[in-house]
Amino acid sequence: MKQYYNVITAYSIMLFLIILVGIFQSWSIALSILNYCLISAVMTIGANLQWGYAGLINFGIMGYTALGGLAVVLISVAPVPEAWSAGGLGLIICLLIIVLMVLSIKFLSSKFKKLKNKTFVISSIIIIGIILIRFISATAIENIESIDPAKTGFLGGLGLPVLLSWIVGGLFAAGVAFVIGKIALGLRADYLAIATLLIAEIIVSIIKHEDWLARGVKNVIGLKRPAPYEIDLQNTEWFINLVEKFNSTKLDFINSISERQEILSQLVIDASSVYVKLCFTVLFLIVVAILLVLTQRALYSPWGRKMRAIRDNEISAGAMGKNVVKEHLLIFVLGSAIVGLAGAMMVTNDGLFTPGSYRPMRYTFVIWVMVIIGGTGNNFGAILGGFVVWFLWVQAAPISLFLISLFTSHLPETNELKIHLINSAPYFRFLIIGIGLLIIMRYRPQGILPEKIVKQ
Amino acid sequence: MDFLNAIILLLNFTVLPALTYGSQLALGAIFVTLIYGVLRFANFATGDMMSFGTMFAVILTYYFQSIGINFGILPTALLTIPFAVFMMIFYMLTIDKFVFSYYRVKKSPPVQLAMVSVGVMFVTQAIIRIIIGPSDRRFLDGEKFILKATEFKEITGLNEGLTIKSTQIITILVTILVVSIMFWFLNKTKTGTSMRAYSDNEDLALLSGIDPKKVVLITWIIAGILATIGGILYGLDKSYRPFVYFNNMLPIFAAAIVGGIGNPYGAFLGGYVIAFAEIFLTYAYKKFFMYILPESLEPTSLVQLLSTDYKFAISFSILVVVLLFRPSGIFEGKKI
Repeated sequence: MKQYYNVITAYSIMLFLIILVGIFQSWSIALSILNYCLISAVMTIGANLQWGYAGLINFGIMGYTALGGLAVVLISVAPVPEAWSAGGLGLIICLLIIVLMVLSIKFLSSKFKKLKNKTFVISSIIIIGIILIRFISATAIENIESIDPAKTGFLGGLGLPVLLSWIVGGLFAAGVAFVIGKIALGLRADYLAIATLLIAEIIVSIIKHEDWLARGVKNVIGLKRPAPYEIDLQNTEWFINLVEKFNSTKLDFINSISERQEILSQLVIDASSVYVKLCFTVLFLIVVAILLVLTQRALYSPWGRKMRAIRDNEISAGAMGKNVVKEHLLIFVLGSAIVGLAGAMMVTNDGLFTPGSYRPMRYTFVIWVMVIIGGTGNNFGAILGGFVVWFLWVQAAPISLFLISLFTSHLPETNELKIHLINSAPYFRFLIIGIGLLIIMRYRPQGILPEKIVKQ
Repeated sequence: MDFLNAIILLLNFTVLPALTYGSQLALGAIFVTLIYGVLRFANFATGDMMSFGTMFAVILTYYFQSIGINFGILPTALLTIPFAVFMMIFYMLTIDKFVFSYYRVKKSPPVQLAMVSVGVMFVTQAIIRIIIGPSDRRFLDGEKFILKATEFKEITGLNEGLTIKSTQIITILVTILVVSIMFWFLNKTKTGTSMRAYSDNEDLALLSGIDPKKVVLITWIIAGILATIGGILYGLDKSYRPFVYFNNMLPIFAAAIVGGIGNPYGAFLGGYVIAFAEIFLTYAYKKFFMYILPESLEPTSLVQLLSTDYKFAISFSILVVVLLFRPSGIFEGKKI
């Protein structure tokens, strides 16, 4: 019990802060912060798997998050039959050409190892393939994008339940991570960081500009939810009764029936938003709990020990007969899959997919700050980091606004410095997080909850 | 005549912009490479440090304009360079003293320093946004064009006009000046040689009595000059916006790695490789082919290899290819 003392204290403080937000701001805000904290926690579990367990730097978190979001669109949105009939065939042919290209290159490089002009043949295959694809896809894409561009203009998805897309999001990210890992994992640490950062940018720019896939920067809105809609709840009998029961003491004081009805309907509206968010919270909690159990078990299994051995000394682990390359690839894929899952969760929570919003600052660097502040190599730490940093990220503006008005209270309202500072309050979040990161890196490089090595 | 027209067309829309953009990238890439070579970490605060220096140039330009100082036909911002560079170096040395030096003395792994630079990136970004805000600012004044398209057409009698913006010429000239001074310094002076020695082999350099503090100081000073001038030239040519500068970090990294990280000559050329690839691959060649091909063969489509949306993606793809086949860069990295 004693060894978990730190963990329990840290989490209680965090919970207390969120409850404070609920009391002083509103329960709806508190719950949406909590939901985002949980999503960040999933992302940090993924990043921690790569960095904490294996020492791999993956600055491509943004790309996998976007892929997870893309999965939600491709799985849950209803298909657009007109678009399929207009250009589906062309795109399927393109897909076949790509598969053919990959297979033929694979075949060539495995069968004809000593072929002299291999590079030449392979590059000519690639060039011919790209020209063919561009030629065929151009008209298909044009046709698809011209179908009701204000509403659809894309192929649509499969119309399957949205929860399935979470798994598919993980699979998408895993598949892409496998390819990237094959290419980039041999690089040295800082090169890997830069390479993954740039590859993520490529992924996001493809999602942004291929409108036939997911409408690009035109965004997809009104995605399906695994939770009920507020408007339906407000008309449901049992829900209204439930709200009435909850607030019965408050409502009993009101005598006039019309007034009572008015207050009740307002309460129902508030409660419906809280209820929907609670549904998401429960779902996310389940995901976090499952992942936590799995990663904890993995960490203290022989496999986890092997990963730590590789992280701490690659050469000696290799000398002991551990397959370093294979294990690195495996953990790169696993971590990325978890990040993809988080991306799908986030898009589901928002109900909209906005490729333009995927920026490295928010989706790569902030996640990394979470892992480092929370504690590398310790899942409880990483999750705590997700909570703390997201909480700061959201609440930094109100906090700094409060501090600014405290320090400038002696200045008149018209003072230019004061107005300027108050207007720039939102940017203090970067300052707070940056300084937090620098302080943690300097004085507690292992993070708030450091890695614990359990001797067995 | 058609052939000349085609050449002018390419010059106007691809070669000149690529040379300008390449020069801006090259300055940034040399900055990255110097930090990597001497201080041994990938500086993720690159874009924001360039932005920080430029911010002072913007503020001072506005101040100079308000008190009526200008530089004639040249942009006022050029007058502010010494002050902006001074502020930038001051900021960099402060950051180095309070943040980076601790890890350098402890001999932390480069990864940790890179992570610390992410922290510096956050803080720098916050300071910039608090001081000047996130909005788009133009601070170019003076003569905008050296040669206008219509004038060129009148002089030469060609169909295609050649526009030379003053910022393009200023960028190219200033880059040549700064880079040649820097290479002279690195190769011919004693301090420059000691920097190269320190970058090549730290232990041997220390043994032969090179003062590491001096090397670090000089590195930050050169880095400050490069970052500020690169940032100001970019801002003059396009416009100053903090978010764009942060994003520019990515092609700059690509340029530095393509050229072989740690190698300033490579970084210099890498900047142009990236810029030319970006612009040549996204340019629509339809008009060009209309001039040089006979009428029967004229293309109907735009003849654009990739849409301009993928401008950034191209430089990253080049980087990935280079990393795959020549991880040390085209021009052999890891030496100054």
